[in-house]
This record gives sequence, structure tokens and C-alpha cells, in this order.
Amino acid sequence: MKFKVNNKEVFASTGGRPFDKKNPLIVFIHGSGLSHITWVLQTRYFAFHGYSVLAIDLPGHGYSEGPAIESIEEQGKWIADVIHSVDMKEASLVGHSQGCLVALECASQFPDKIKSIGLMGGAGAIPMNPELLDLAEKGDPKAVDLMMDWAHGPAGHFGGHPVPGLHHMNLGGSIVINGSVKNALGVDFRACDNYKNGFEAAKKIKCPTINILGDRDRMCPIKEGKKLADNIEDSEVEIIQNCGHMILLEEAGKSLELLKKFIRKNHPAEST
Amino acid sequence: MDPKTYKFDTLSLHAGYMPSKNAGSRQVPIYQTTSYMFDDVDHAAALFNLERGGHIYSRISNPTVQVLEERVAALEGGTAALATASGMSAIFLTIMTLCNAGDHVVVSSQLYGGTVNLFRLTLPKFGIKATFVKPRDTEGFKKAIQENTKCIYGELVGNPGNELMNLPEISKMAHDAGIPVVIDSTYQTPYLFKPLEHGADFVVHSLTKWMAGHGSSMAGILVEGGKFDFLKTDKFPTMTEPYEGYHGLSFAEEFGPVAFTMKARAEGMRDMGPCLSPQNAWNVLQGIETLSVRMEKHCSNALKMVEYLSNHESVAWVSHASLKDNPDYDLAKKLLPKGTGSMIAFGIKGGKEAGAAFIDNVKLASHLANVGDTRTLVIHPASATHSQMDEATLKLANMSHDMIRLSVGIEDIEDIINDFEDGFRAAKKPKLVANK
Repeated sequence: MKFKVNNKEVFASTGGRPFDKKNPLIVFIHGSGLSHITWVLQTRYFAFHGYSVLAIDLPGHGYSEGPAIESIEEQGKWIADVIHSVDMKEASLVGHSQGCLVALECASQFPDKIKSIGLMGGAGAIPMNPELLDLAEKGDPKAVDLMMDWAHGPAGHFGGHPVPGLHHMNLGGSIVINGSVKNALGVDFRACDNYKNGFEAAKKIKCPTINILGDRDRMCPIKEGKKLADNIEDSEVEIIQNCGHMILLEEAGKSLELLKKFIRKNHPAEST
Repeated sequence: MDPKTYKFDTLSLHAGYMPSKNAGSRQVPIYQTTSYMFDDVDHAAALFNLERGGHIYSRISNPTVQVLEERVAALEGGTAALATASGMSAIFLTIMTLCNAGDHVVVSSQLYGGTVNLFRLTLPKFGIKATFVKPRDTEGFKKAIQENTKCIYGELVGNPGNELMNLPEISKMAHDAGIPVVIDSTYQTPYLFKPLEHGADFVVHSLTKWMAGHGSSMAGILVEGGKFDFLKTDKFPTMTEPYEGYHGLSFAEEFGPVAFTMKARAEGMRDMGPCLSPQNAWNVLQGIETLSVRMEKHCSNALKMVEYLSNHESVAWVSHASLKDNPDYDLAKKLLPKGTGSMIAFGIKGGKEAGAAFIDNVKLASHLANVGDTRTLVIHPASATHSQMDEATLKLANMSHDMIRLSVGIEDIEDIINDFEDGFRAAKKPKLVANK
């Protein structure tokens, strides 16, 4: 659905069901250069099981009006604005990669709004490879190829998508290429590289948090995910074997099962 | 710094399959099953509602077929693929997913005869009309686009005349008009040409031909490029509006770069059901493992046959884009640097009677209705593959009655040439041969 946040048009997938304010809200936040499409194997389930879902396109991504927001801190505040814009008081947040940093910031700035946090492929800091950052900021599509290479574990490189017929790396690459390498991916990478407040934000988080990590993640290695979890008071860690950074797609089924259990416990819906 | 993603030949052997997820089996297993166990009621409901991925019933998807789909998507550079029982069913599925009754398509006039009949005779029964344009008439494609046109469809190198479409220019025209381009790339395979890199939005194949390569198995596939944005136009409400069949799902909103494949599978395979058998999928996978080496030999043999035929006293004309005097020579150099394929059309002196005598007297070359076998194949299109077309349609396809279609195999080239010499000798005295 399309709605306005700070007078700019925003698109969010509602998981295939009309948005209903009566249900508890889950906001899904995508990773660098990506869009709501990455969450399709999680959002539809929650939307059809008692939750209201917003898989948002961050500004300047997917179908949301630009420009992209240049800092993680501002992106975190913007998520709170999204919750406010749909007339809801609280939400659970689910983030992937950069989306984890955004969720941390939002929850640390607005602790009363956030009921629980699901982090996939998260870390307290995501410093960028300088060459990759440079390529992305120049709008060079090679940045997308490198990102897809590093982001995917063995299943991504060989195959075996949970949805028959879909190709992991070409699908991921298309989402980024269909957006803007320079104005979305480049801005996102710079925002990640500049962000230094992750561990401080983590210490302020009081709501339950789950860290879902892939043991073959080369972008946010599990030791970084565990380090982040150690800084969050009420935090649990789940490691998925043979999985890279694109946990939400590479192991969509396992990550959905973990999220289902976690969110139902910490932010229950009336009918699930 | 370069990505360490796998290259073409490696993908031909490995893409889409991990032994570790299949009991360590090095070869792709044949999942000869109709259906798949659900974990519980919630799992079943989630699969049926596209909330999670997985297999339900082999008409919709099958693990062996899935390997083939991911492998071809990997080779073509597509976001997704959907395998079908034949190339024709892949074409039908594509058009039926794009179009509604009252819609229109612009189609190259030089296509496999079955495809021509699909657009000329069968689709009009469903209210879908076509305008045929000669493949070299680039501007003609633009002029034929109407308000209700939903795609441009063609074969890069037309069957059987071998005339080329200027795909990059035609794609630009289509995209300016807000419609996608569908290319049948059977003749090229992704080894010679990747249509998605030159403007096409969807690719279809008869995998029966060079991809499988051994003349053993029927199969087809649809590949999605992931770049055509259905939400940027109001021309495709079935892709963008809530779909009753899945509780109000908008395929374009939910699935973006794979929306078309998801709809073709969820609706098309559910309702029409042209599914590929796992055995045939496995046979095609065997063929794809050697695609590069076979295509190299097909193309090198084809070049030698072009030279031989061009200098033969019994041959009136030869159509192959590798010839310098061919109108498509420059375009082929640009689009097909690895080779212009192994299909040759030639005219035999003496017309239809001479052609019949030639075909009846070659022994190594097989006279049959197929192309892209490892073996050399010949046919007289006007009396076989394209015989159901009327004179006007034959003319539009630039087909003459003296035309012989040759699919060059990978035998020793000397043996193919010796065989053709026997055919040409007989063709010089067709009546004598006929009496005998």
C-alpha cells in the first residue's frame, strides 16, 4: 500500500492482505539497496496469521519516493514516523543486514514503541570494503555482482531456492539493479560505513531480541552477530547452518519458523 | 577485485543442485512422485497460499524439474524459470499469462510453423489477435503496436529463413510503448546468445533441441529477466490488481522481479497443467552438461557446410548470417560473436522435385521434423513443418518451395558432405530416381 510519511510517498507490502489497525504490527526493514520483495517468504505468513504487516521500501528504494536517507540514525527515526503515520502506537521490528542497524536505532530512540526485534544477519557495525563502497557510490553495477557473491552462501551460488524456479543471486541482483546502484545502494553502504553507534544503541534496548545468524555469512560473520547479541539485555541467538548473509531467502523456512515462535511469544496476536 | 561467481561451463554442470541436500547423490535424483508430504495443516495452508516455498504437486513443481529451472535461469541470467512439457506449451503459457481476450501481440513473421499457427489460428479463438511483421522490418514492429498490444514476440534468427530481428532496437521500441519483448531463443541457446542482455524481458526455449541435444526428450521453458516493471503501466491488470485466485494477491507488488513466473506457475500450471516429467527434465540436464562443447562443434560444422553449399553447382542460394553478402551479417557479428548457429536454409536448383529427390537420397542426414539433434537433420519446410501455412503466410515468412532446412549435426564433416553429394547427384535427375 502507499501512504505518506513526512509528506513523502512510501510503499509497503502488506503481505497480500489489507492493512488492519486492529492487529499487532510488524515492520520489516530490508538491507542495503534492496526492497520489500526480499521479505515475501515471511510477510505473507504473518499477514495471514493475525498480524498487520508493513514490509517497507526505505525512501529512495523500490516504490518509495526519494531521496534515500543518509544516516542510520535518521533511518531509525523514520521507522518510528512510519509507525506513527499508520496510526499505530507500537510494533515489532524485523531487520536484515542494514535493516538490523536501523531497527537497533529505532528501538533505542523510541523504546516505548517497540515490542520485540528480530535481527537477521545483523552486527553492531557494518564497515564496508572501501573498493565495494567506491564502486557503489559511482553507480558501477559491479558493486551488485560483488555484493551478491559475498552475500550468498553455498545455496545461493549453486541453487536450491525455497520457491521452485527462482534463482537466488539473479533475483537479488535484479532488486538492486532495478533501483539505483548509486542513489540507493551507494547511499546505504556509506550510511552503514559511517554508523558507529550500534553497540551503544544495543545497550539501550530493553525489549526481547532474536539474532538469527548464518554460519557461512561473509558480510556479517557470526562472531559479529554474537558480539551484538552480548550487548542486548534480553537477547537470544539462533545459528542456521550452511547459510550465508541472505538468511531470509536462503533459509526462508527455518528463519520463518524462528520468527514465528519468537514473535508469537513476545508480541502475540489474538488469532494466529 | 572481481566476483567469484561461477562461469558458464561450471553453471552448465552444477547450477541448481547441491548434493548435500540430496543424500550426497552426485547425480541429480529423479523425483518420480506426484505429491509431497505436508508437515502439518498450517504448513499445507501456507504452501497453498504462497506464504512459503516448497512443493505441493508435480503439476505445479517437482524437485528434479526445479534443478533444470534454476540451471537454465542461471545460464540465461534470469531471475526465475518455469519448465514445461514442450516449447509450444512454454509459448502458450507465456502468452496466456500476459494477455486477456481482446488483447493483441506483434509477432515476427518468421517462426516455427507451429508457433505461426498458434498466433494465426488458435489464439484468435481466445480473443487474442496478432499482427505479423517481417523480422528485418524493425520500424514495422513499432508501427504494428496498438493500444491493446501486450508484447512483441519473435525468434532472433527466424525459422526457417534465418533472417535476424534487430532485438536491441525492437526492445527499445517495445519498452517505450510500455510492453515487454518475448524471444524464442531455441536456435541460439544461452551459449551463443542471451536475449535478456540485449533487451528481451522473457525468453522461451524448446529445450527439446540443442539444450537437450540428443533428440530424445520433449521439454520447454520460460525464463524471466526481472527487469520489466508491470507496476509502471496500467496495461497488465492481471499482474498488478488483486487476484481472487490467491485471496487478493497482487503478483507484481509481492514478487517484483519474479512476478511473472510466479503467476505463470500459480495460475497457468494450476489451470492448464503442461508440466514437464522429471525423467525428461533429467534427460535435458544431461544434455546441458555438454552444451558448450556440442555448440562449438555444431557451429564449426555449420560454417564448413555453409562454405560447401555456397560453392556447390546444385545450390541456388544459401541463407546463413555468417555469409558476408547476407543482409544480417553485421548484426550477427554484433549479437552472435560466438557463432551464428547450426541452422542453414538453402535453395536447391530444380525446385520442389529436386528437393524431394535430394531429401529421399541422403542417408546419413535424417529426414524428420526436428532441429538441434546431435545428428544432421534435413526437411522440406513447405511440405512438412510449415505446410499448414497458406501461400500469403509463406510469402510473409519469405519461404520458397525450393527451400531445404538443414540442422547441422556434430558428425565428421567429411561424412556429412559425402552424404550431401549423393543427395545432389540424385537431385540432378529427380524423375529417374522417382521412376526407380
